[in-house]
Amino acid sequence: MREEVIVRVGAKVLAPFIITFGLYVHFHGDYSPGGGFQAGVILAAAIALLALVYGLDAVQKVVTPRFVRACAALGVIIFAGVGVVTMVLGHNYLGYNALAHDPEHGQHYGILGVELGVLVTVFGVMVTVFYLFAGRRRRKQ
Amino acid sequence: MLLTLLAAAGLALLRVRNLFAVVMLAGIYSLLSAGLFTVMDAVDVAFTEAAVGAGISTVLFLGALALCGHHESKPGHTPLLPLFVVLVTGGLLVWGTMDMPGFGDPANPVHHHVADHYIEESYHEIGIPNVVTSVLASYRGYDTMGETTVVFAAAVGVMILLAGRLGRRPQPEGKGDGG
Repeated sequence: MREEVIVRVGAKVLAPFIITFGLYVHFHGDYSPGGGFQAGVILAAAIALLALVYGLDAVQKVVTPRFVRACAALGVIIFAGVGVVTMVLGHNYLGYNALAHDPEHGQHYGILGVELGVLVTVFGVMVTVFYLFAGRRRRKQ
Repeated sequence: MLLTLLAAAGLALLRVRNLFAVVMLAGIYSLLSAGLFTVMDAVDVAFTEAAVGAGISTVLFLGALALCGHHESKPGHTPLLPLFVVLVTGGLLVWGTMDMPGFGDPANPVHHHVADHYIEESYHEIGIPNVVTSVLASYRGYDTMGETTVVFAAAVGVMILLAGRLGRRPQPEGKGDGG
């Protein structure tokens, strides 16, 4: 698709909006539908769109396979880490009330933390899987 | 109306042998399901279905098609035995639903186990308006952590299957690692 001007410009214009929408879905997940999982998928879709239009190599220079693999593991660590932090603070594992004096605020921080973990893992996993499928096709040719 | 379209898409999925068309139909099927969930006021589920089912998995299916060709070969066996098994299993499942309480009845036990507590108390306990998020991330935090780990494990599985010698590739040929 390297010659299609409309597709290239369209993808370039759309990608920042898709990424912004993904972040909105993540941070607004407390008030409206959505959350870390959906946001991760939307961000991964933006990467996939760019890779389909501009080619895998160009995208992999910016978002390296190493980085997304690290993301996939890091998200699980963030999620589990929130649980460990609440335990260190003297509450149950994933007992978010420990994170602030006001339990409601603690719950809020805790949810933001674990949703961030979900976001990072889902983004990393989706992009990793996409890279593997697309990269294998290239190697075969 | 949506259910009719859903059934039509499902039947078409069975009939078509060109796998490109199958992938597109699967995407349409997901989108219709998302519409159905929206009609049933399950917006979070609809969102996920549209993003995952109709969005990213269509792309991944296309990637898989590029690896394995896009025409389904004819099955080498008669469909009668599988059809019989499916009919018996389906019949048993339908028979099993006879004992279940009426669909959508607000007095059903499933709506009064923990759901009342979530709906009435979650705003005071968690402080955020979206009950789905508070159930997902707080009341059921362990489940979500397990889910995240499963997603991670899926990526590890795909990596093992498709990446093969990922870590060893940069080494020059003939320098150890047994070929």
